[in-house]
Amino acid sequence: MIPEIGHFALILSLGFAIVQCILPLVGAHKNQAQWMAVGSPASYGQFLFITLAFGILTYSFITSDFSVLYVASNSNTELPLMYRISAVWGAHEGSLLFWAWILSGWTVAVAMFSRSLPRVMRARVIGVMGFISIGFLLFMLLTSNPFERLFQVVANGRDLNPLLQDFGLALHPPLLYMGYVGFSVVFSFAIAALLGGQLDAAWARWSRPWTTIAWAFLTLGIGLGSWWAYYELGWGGWWFWDPVENSSFMPWLVGTALIHSLAVSEKRGAFKAWTVLLAIFTFSLSLLGTFLVRSGILVSVHSFAADPARGTYILGFLAIVIGGSLGLYAWRGPTTRGGGEFKLVSRETLLLVMNILLVNAAFTVLLGTMFPLIMDALGLGKISVGPPYFETVFVPLMLPIVLLLGVLPHVRWKSDDPKVVAQRLWWVLVLSTFFAAALLWIAVGQASVMSLLGVTLGIWVVFTTLKGVWLRLADRQHKWFALTHLPRSFVGMTLAHAGLGVLVIGVVFASSFSVEKDLRMVIGDETRLAGYDFRLLGMSAGKGPNYTTEIGTVEVRQDGKLMTTLYPEKRSYNRSENPMTEAAIEAGLFHDLYIALGESLGEVDGKKSWSMRVHYKPFIRWLWIGVLMMFFGGLIAVTDRRYRLMARHRQEAQSTSAAQEGVA
Amino acid sequence: MKAKRKQRLMFVLFLISGIAIAAVLALTAFQDNMLYFYKPSEVLAGEAPRNRAFRIGGIVVKDSVKRQQGDLRVQFTLTDYVKNIPVFYDGILPDLFREEQGIIALGRLNSEGLFIAEEVLAKHDENYMPPEVAEMLNQNKKLTREQSKL
Repeated sequence: MIPEIGHFALILSLGFAIVQCILPLVGAHKNQAQWMAVGSPASYGQFLFITLAFGILTYSFITSDFSVLYVASNSNTELPLMYRISAVWGAHEGSLLFWAWILSGWTVAVAMFSRSLPRVMRARVIGVMGFISIGFLLFMLLTSNPFERLFQVVANGRDLNPLLQDFGLALHPPLLYMGYVGFSVVFSFAIAALLGGQLDAAWARWSRPWTTIAWAFLTLGIGLGSWWAYYELGWGGWWFWDPVENSSFMPWLVGTALIHSLAVSEKRGAFKAWTVLLAIFTFSLSLLGTFLVRSGILVSVHSFAADPARGTYILGFLAIVIGGSLGLYAWRGPTTRGGGEFKLVSRETLLLVMNILLVNAAFTVLLGTMFPLIMDALGLGKISVGPPYFETVFVPLMLPIVLLLGVLPHVRWKSDDPKVVAQRLWWVLVLSTFFAAALLWIAVGQASVMSLLGVTLGIWVVFTTLKGVWLRLADRQHKWFALTHLPRSFVGMTLAHAGLGVLVIGVVFASSFSVEKDLRMVIGDETRLAGYDFRLLGMSAGKGPNYTTEIGTVEVRQDGKLMTTLYPEKRSYNRSENPMTEAAIEAGLFHDLYIALGESLGEVDGKKSWSMRVHYKPFIRWLWIGVLMMFFGGLIAVTDRRYRLMARHRQEAQSTSAAQEGVA
Repeated sequence: MKAKRKQRLMFVLFLISGIAIAAVLALTAFQDNMLYFYKPSEVLAGEAPRNRAFRIGGIVVKDSVKRQQGDLRVQFTLTDYVKNIPVFYDGILPDLFREEQGIIALGRLNSEGLFIAEEVLAKHDENYMPPEVAEMLNQNKKLTREQSKL
């Protein structure tokens, strides 16, 4: 009975979504105040019922109600409670419900925090978000109902994929979805602005904090995914250019371009049309990413054949959203006049170049990800594109982006003199090169042209960012006071930019100087890697809630001194019989030691032996430290006083005059 | 005014050349790193390239996995139920590698025409079947069915 209530709640929320979409949009068109006013309460109703549906699905998982097909396929009575809950979004149907739930949550937030927006604008934004919601709810109800019953109730479920039984991966999808769905806000603002023909700086200002939050969550989500892949997959890699990863990386690249373009639109009134286009691209790629990963298209294009309804629906929905918004852009976009003038050498131009490079990078990733799928769908043969493609194409595009990132904050808006810019910055570049060489020499004692270039660029970003802070303080009397009272948006930007520098340093070190060794070990064997001696002391058996495990004990010594003891595991999950490698990692700020236990290789001369993989990974933690800095940078920027003041000013302005103007 | 136009022209030229360079880079890299998929019977028929890497997929034949004593070298046989081909690999096999299961190996043919794998992939999928292998087996099944009808 309870799952049926969930199903019914889902249908009701669709009803609310339809009201939330149609009435405000039509009302905005006809200038009917009452119709427009329906938007917010409808969004609250939608949120209420999706929350009910989501709660019921979670309840079914907690109580292990295996009469629900989705629960039976993704849970098991032995599964720990935490993973029974995270299993709710562990597969296709539930993750769609989760997506729709977050979307309705964001809509409620927009409805609540945008009271000061012009009424028509607000109605349109909520209407467009309602439209997206209809798309998802209909998809669920027509093709992927999470509450579908199983008529022959099974005694126990199939268990959650062992790879997903992990804390990192329990959190990874929610964060990614916060990002994906968050971009729907700026998308809706862009569509609303196009519908109203009002592409002024105001819409950029309104949508900026939303976009920055979405970007911050997406950043953290991708970072968490990479961290998970590193410790869970047992291969010591942190980025595989796997289609699944790429589909979250593409919206990130375009979204990064978007938040910068929004800044220009807000501050200088330029690039407005370009910003709208980026908003459309970012959200379209987010949609593409969601569907690619969860619908099984990536596992096989032929799952389209298995369930043609899903594939057709997805293609149709994508076509309507992308085609419709681009069509609207073509129709309305060009009529909006570009604002602020700028010269060839100016911050605007450089930002535009950086934007184009970012979009280019996203496009090359898209090509590598989608081309094999298209070839396969057309029956032109099965191909795949390996990491070398992405590396050859991506790195040359990233180098100028990182270089520009250092230059940009030191170039003036409107116009600047390249010679003066060079004068301001040449010594920073020299200093960065010197520090990079020193760091390479101390940390690894070797260097190549590429690694020197990479580390120099990473340090360059950090130094130029710090110089930006110094410039803000230089003419202030009370430096400490000024430092602690910098505007939050500036602090956020500084932190995020420095974070990217730190990340670049981590990437260069980890990809250039990691050492690894695969070997066969019997108990008592010793091996040497990067100055550390690893000795396999013994193996023992263990048992977890839903798995059995073999645990190796490995002593790590440096110059004979015991550094640490590591316990790599090989688990075997009861239900699915899937073996899983649990790597043992000694994490450090400057290097990680990483041991993964391979398979048992049988006996040699009466001694059992195992295959092992031992890694030495310098600076790998810097990658995720950089990601965290970028995430917190984004969050801090959003709390800027300006946004809070803006809301208050606008309310005052509205109460004193009926004229609705963008706030200057 | 004239200077401004010149500036704009410069900018546009700069953009176009940038995009052109990126496109050329992307397409060459794409060409070089495209990996084709072959069935064991196609490789044995000599259809696979001699001097570049490709992917091969099939089912690991039962009892065909042979290990070298003392190191990590391993040899196994892949089948598409039409022909069998031996695969040589030096390294750790993935968690989900098992006999009688579908896997994909990435590698190239050596001078003696033997397939040396650089990487062995087993899908993390409940059906243990990489899509390429699944489809290949389906095709073969259809073929045998049609042949038996004739």
